Parts: sequence; C-alpha cells; structure tokens
Amino acid sequence: MAAVARGDVRMGLLALPALTVFGAFWLLPMARLVSVGASGPRGAAAYLAIVTDRNYFASLASTVVLSIAVTFATLVVSGIAGMFLQRNDFFGRNVLVSLLTFPLAFPGVVVGFMVIMLAGRQGLIGSITDRLFGSKLVFAYSIAGLFVGYLYFSIPRVILTVMAAVEKLDRALEEAARSLGANPWQVLRDVVLPGLRPALISAGAICFATSMGAFGTAFTLATNINVLPITIYTEFTNYANFGIAAALSIVLGIITWTALALARTLAGATVAAAA
Amino acid sequence: MKAAPRFVAQLAFTVLVCAFLIVPVVLSVLAGLSENFFVGVRSGLTLRWVGQVWSLYSQSIFLSLGIALACVAATLVLGVPVAYVLARRPGRVTRLFEELLVLPVAVPGLATALALILFYGEWRGFRASWLFILVGHVLFTLPFMVRSVLAVMAAIDLATLEEAAASLGAGFASRFFGVVVPNARHGILAGALMVLTLSVGEFNITWMLHTPLTKTIPVGLADAYASLRLEVGSAYTIVFFVMIIPLLVAMQWLARERSPAMARRDER
Repeated sequence: MAAVARGDVRMGLLALPALTVFGAFWLLPMARLVSVGASGPRGAAAYLAIVTDRNYFASLASTVVLSIAVTFATLVVSGIAGMFLQRNDFFGRNVLVSLLTFPLAFPGVVVGFMVIMLAGRQGLIGSITDRLFGSKLVFAYSIAGLFVGYLYFSIPRVILTVMAAVEKLDRALEEAARSLGANPWQVLRDVVLPGLRPALISAGAICFATSMGAFGTAFTLATNINVLPITIYTEFTNYANFGIAAALSIVLGIITWTALALARTLAGATVAAAA
Repeated sequence: MKAAPRFVAQLAFTVLVCAFLIVPVVLSVLAGLSENFFVGVRSGLTLRWVGQVWSLYSQSIFLSLGIALACVAATLVLGVPVAYVLARRPGRVTRLFEELLVLPVAVPGLATALALILFYGEWRGFRASWLFILVGHVLFTLPFMVRSVLAVMAAIDLATLEEAAASLGAGFASRFFGVVVPNARHGILAGALMVLTLSVGEFNITWMLHTPLTKTIPVGLADAYASLRLEVGSAYTIVFFVMIIPLLVAMQWLARERSPAMARRDER
C-alpha cells in the first residue's frame, strides 16, 4: 500500500513540471482570454457576434465552406495517390514519396508564396496563359488562391495517413470479394473504403481544423476574402478590439477542437466495431 | 494485363500531384538565384539575393536556431517524464492530462498567442525577449514530443524491464536514465527532430508574439514576401529549404530504420 502511494507521488512529481508550464502559460492565459471576450462593449454577447454580426458571420461562413471544400478535395486526391503509392512498387517510387512529403514542414507563409509562384502576377500559370491566349490568368489573391494554398499544405499530411492505413488493410478481403465476382469499383466501394474509413475521418478532421485556423497562407496572399483568422488578426491589431478578437478566437478554437473530438469518436467507434 | 492502363493513369495522376507540390519549389529556387526573374534564367544566375538575405536576416536565422534548440531541450525535460507517466499509468486521470496537453495543437495558434499577449503582455521584459516566443513554441510542440516517446514506450514492456533492474538494486533515477530512456531513444530522437522542424517553421503563434528585435525565420519570410522584391523573397525561401531538408531527411531515415515494411522496400 505504501509502495503504491510512493509510486503515485513519484508519477505526480514527474508530471508536475509539464503541468505547471501548461497551467501557467496556457490554462491561465486562456481563462483570461475567455473573460476578455466578454469584457468588450458588447459584453458576453460578443460570443454571439459571430452569428449576429453580418461581417463576422460572412467571415465564418466563407472559412467553413472553404475548409470543407479543401477537406473533400484533399481526401480524394490524397486517397488516390496514397493508395497507388502504397500498393505499387516501381522505379522512383521512394523519390515520389519523399517529394510528396517535402512540403509537410512548410509554414503557411511559404505555402502562400508557393501559390504566388504558381498563380501570382509573375506566376507560372499567368505566363503560360499569356503566351497561349494573350491574357494573364492570375488567381493567387482570390478565394481560388486560398483553396490552392490550403490544398497544398493538406495533401502531404493526408497522403501519409492514407499510406499507413492502406498498409494495414487485409488484402485477403479484397481477394475474397474479387473471387465472388465483384468488379474493381465494387471492391473499392464495399471493401477498401470502409476499411479506410477511420483513417479518412481522422485525416479529414485534421485537414478541416488546420484549414479553419490557417493564418500564414491567407496572410501572405493578402486576399480580399477575410477568412476568420485574418478577421481576428485585423480586429486585434488594426482596431484594438480585444474583446471581439478574443471572443472570435475562442469560438474558432471551439469549432476546431469539436471537429477533432467528433472525428475521434466516430473513427474510434468504427475501429471498435470492426474489431 | 487489363490492369496496365489503370496503373499508368494512377501513376500519371500521382506524378501530377507531385508536380503541383514541387514545381513552385523549383520556381522559387530559380527565382532566388536569377538576376531578374521577370526576364528569366536567361538574365544570368547570381548569389546576390542570397547574400542580401544573409546581410538582412542572418540575425533571425540564428534566433530561430537558438529557439528551436531551446525548444527541444525544454520539451525533452518536460515531455519525456510525462510520456513515462502516461505509459506506466494508463487511466482516466492521465488520459485527461494527455487531452489537456494536446489543446494548444487542437486550437488555432492565433488563440494561444492572443491569450499569452493578454495575460503576459504587461511584463515588458518577458514580452520583449525571445523567451516569450519560446513559451509559445514549447506549448505547441510538447504534444508531438510526448506522443512520439509514448508510442515507443507503449510498445515495450517497461514494467518488466524496470522490475528486473530494481531486483538488481537499481534505484529510480538509475532505472529511469539507465533503462527507460535508452529503450525509448528512437522515440526521443524522432520527437526531437519533429520539435526542431516544427519550431523552425512555426508562424501562426510567432507572428503575434514577435517584436522588431525578436524575428524568427518565418516572420522574416513574411516580411520579405510583403516588402521586398520577388527575388529576395525567393532567396530567403532557399535559405529556409536548406535548413529544413537535413531535418526531413533525418526523419525519413529514422522512420525507415524503425519500420521493417519500409526497410524491405529499400533493398533493391
């Protein structure tokens, strides 16, 4: 009994430094942020401003729509590429995998710059269309540019997740389906995709949450569309509306956290059901 | 042989995705090395822009490296013991603790940064020092260190190993540093590389926390993109690539070392 207690004390002491740092530098500041959110001229109603104020709601809506679109596009693109890379062995495969995962470490600002390189005023797409049709196609600074940028930083992450999940699939199930006369589409729809479901759900949630909170890419592109993080930043820095900035960032945090928690419950339940 | 066209189509698609990711990288490298990007590589290759970046931003490069190394040290000291606790005492309390530590990753960096500024902004000395940025980076990277170490610790039978050491008379400190840490070294190394890479590239928190005297590489990049000519921004991007490539290569190498499936593929 005494030994157990001593072990518990030791475990507590081992966790104490991290707990202290986390409490002092995250929990306390966050608690302050929540109270600052209710301290502005609107009071606690600031937390509802995201739906009652037309500008904030427009910002929220465009961010959500953009993030959902990016999530689905990424899942399709990375699903195809990841499945292919995990299932086939060919010359140059490892190089492809390395190249596809290289942008993982890029901060959002660099991703924004990559979009400028592709679709900016001096970008590749512009100079190609200029030569072909005599007019420059420039979309880096519009919502299409944001979409391309978010796709850019999402694809590498999701490809890695898909590859790991495909590796764990039981190929005997696919063989069985095939021997029972299923065509490739049926195998994909009824065997492969259900098997990948947990991985796709959790990768999709991470993709959605990252897109909702992405700041650097939008900051570099300086688009006319105000995604929520840019709105928060502008309220804080340009207008010194600390209350609104705090309230909006808390709401944004709740949205991303909920998306991640929900996905974990869904994916976890599926895993349990499959086992 | 019916599968051949499907293989070709999928390969073409994958190569196209790869081109989408890599072509802009190549373009920016070319832009950073050419005399005038608008004219093209024809205008001649030069290291002038890289030199200019070095003279303008060398301080931010060293600051970033310093913060990244300090961040690794801090996450090791804070994270390895936590991973050990989570591995040895799986339960509701430790689960909750893990959930808490992940919050700074689950919530956008902007929120964490605002919270830090509103709470500690009045402490001028702290606010203006690089330690303020370090705090943000440690909060953001700690979960990655804990997870990496925990993944390895959960896969080995720590309890038996420790019991054996204890039966030979080893006290807790010598068990921890002589048995636990060496057995988890792969996870610790992978976690350290991850933390280093994340810290060097962190922007969302850092942009809010930085001051004119504490600019890290990504902050300098944003600066250069917004206010300097395209060639200089590109040259700065080259400097960033040069810094992260060794880290990424090391991480991939480590991952292959540990995964037999990947290792098999390497035997040509």
